[in-house]
Formats: sequence, C-alpha cells, structure tokens
Amino acid sequence: MSKFKKKKSGDMPAVNTASLPDIVFMLLFFFMVATVMRQNTLKIENNLPFADQVEKLDKKDLVMYIYAGKPSANYTQYGKEARIQLNDDFASVKDVAAFIAAERASKREELIPFLTTALKVDSDANMGLIGDIKQELRKVNALKINYTTKKGSVLGRE
Amino acid sequence: MAKRAAPEVNAGSMADIAFLLLIFFLVTTTIETDSGINRKLPPMEESDEDVVIKQRNIFTVLLNGRDQLLVEDELMELKDLRAAAVEFLDNGGDGSCDYCQGKKDKSSSDNPDKAIISLKNERETTYKTYIAVQNELVAAYNELRDTRAQALYGKSFAEMQADYKDVNWPGNKENLKAKIDQIKVDYPQKLSEVQ
Repeated sequence: MSKFKKKKSGDMPAVNTASLPDIVFMLLFFFMVATVMRQNTLKIENNLPFADQVEKLDKKDLVMYIYAGKPSANYTQYGKEARIQLNDDFASVKDVAAFIAAERASKREELIPFLTTALKVDSDANMGLIGDIKQELRKVNALKINYTTKKGSVLGRE
Repeated sequence: MAKRAAPEVNAGSMADIAFLLLIFFLVTTTIETDSGINRKLPPMEESDEDVVIKQRNIFTVLLNGRDQLLVEDELMELKDLRAAAVEFLDNGGDGSCDYCQGKKDKSSSDNPDKAIISLKNERETTYKTYIAVQNELVAAYNELRDTRAQALYGKSFAEMQADYKDVNWPGNKENLKAKIDQIKVDYPQKLSEVQ
C-alpha cells in the first residue's frame, strides 16, 4: 500500500509576495485621493451633533467656516465656556463681521451672493453663543447658513 | 563604444516605500463632513407694522434651558414632535387645501400656506437639542412634501431633488424644476425663530 502514501516534504512553498507592492499602491492611491488636508488647526472641541435631514454643501470654495466649542485640553487657559474660532485662532462675537468681510473680499465678486456660512459647533455648546453669531451674521447680511452635522439619527444618542 | 546592458534596478524595497507613504496618508486622512441642515436667516430690516397672524395658525415650539420641549403649551418628547408638526401642517382647517389629509380641525391651522412653526430657545439650551428639534421640524416638512410628490408625480421629493442636482440625469431639468417648485408652493417651509 505504500504506493498511495503521500510524499511528505517538510517545508511549505513560500507565498508569492510579488503583487504586494501593487496592493499597497492601490491603497495608497485611495488614501491620497480621499485625503483632505485640514485648513484650520482646531483649538476647540468639535464634536458635531447628529441629524438625518441633511443636505450636502455643494461648493467647497464657497463656504466660510465658523467653529465654536469648548477650548480643547491644550488650551484650558482660555476657560471652559464655549468660544468661537475663526481661521486659526479664538475670536469674539465682534470679530465675526470682520471675518465675513475678509472672506468676501477674497472671493470673486460674482460669487459673493452664493457664499454660505457653515457653523461647525460642538454639540455641548449652548444656544446663547449661536444666537449671538446668528445676530452678527444678520447684521452683515450673510443669511445663508448651514448647521454642519454628522449623519445619523437624532433620537437615542445622548 | 561597446553596448553595455543596463544593470537591473532592485525593486525589492518599493513595497517598503509604498507602505511608508500609505501610513502617512492613513494617519493624516480626516474625512471631512460637509453636510448639514441649511437654513436662511431673516434679513435685518424689520417692518414696523405688525403682521396679524391668527393664533391657530401658529405652532409654538419652546425649548427651555434644561432641554425640555414645550409644544403648544404642553410638554412633549422629542420623538413625538415630528408627528405633531405633520398633523398641524397638514390640517387644512378652512378647506382651501384639497390635498391635505389632516383632520380639518377648526382650532388648528387653516392651510399649509398659512401654517407657521415658531421656534423659541433660551440661551442655555444645548446646541445638540436645538439641532435635534430643527431636524425633526425639517423632517416633518420633508415627509409632507414626499407624500405630495408621490401623489402627483410618483416619485419622492428627495429623489426629485437628487435628480435635479445630478448632471447625468437624462430628463428635462426645467420641467423637473417646475415640479419641485410646485411642491414647495404646496408645502412652503415657514419656520420662524423668535429672538
């Protein structure tokens, strides 16, 4: 019966890794394409709330971002109350008008009516601050706003 | 000169280089959120004359500093808000709205065109709750518009809007725009915020 005995060769053949670079390159290209370098370094906590009736912001270059939230762990010297961040630094409500004016000046004139203000506000901030921002925006006639949210159900996420 | 064969370049370390780049991009990637609830703020100039709106046409939503919800003077849970808003908007009390499916209650709104939702919040209200309420109210409008669009054109309102934005959509865009506008006229979004 030794005729049917399997030939036992101890070592397994090595796995061919010649296509590994190809796979890695594929992943690399995916991430290169998907990467958006952050424009602003956030100095605040920015945990956006959830909502499910969302619309997409259409043009990236026609959006002005206003951030608000509690100063993050490295900036506790600025207090624990929610604050506004414009571009790279903390700002007060008074600076919003100047910020909008600067943003408008940097855009082509015919695009100005299409500018949208995106409010990226931490979910634990209170509405007083946002009310103040909205009042400032009304003063400078920047009426199109967008409350940026994550996509998800609003119920049962406390 | 004698022709020499070019030496083969060793490509064994290519995978390492690619891995290094891959890890760099993996770490730096933040998939940005760029969607949210669009709103339009009211312009600053205010007319002096008071517009008289009948009480039954106003649906008051109050959010207090402890994130409690008071709708039409009664405490309400967030999950019931959407249904309550739909019922109010779709009431059609004066009978001029032939597509409304509401109860035609005389003490509630006359028609969707006159019905106004008034949202008031306090300074201490958290943003999270405010967004949740906004979301539910927008959802109520979207729900009604969807039903209306299904009844008129056999397509949901969201689909129609997606088609309108899609550059590859083969149909007639102007026609679609008119349909979308018609639904917006049938159920106008009248959401006012009290300061």
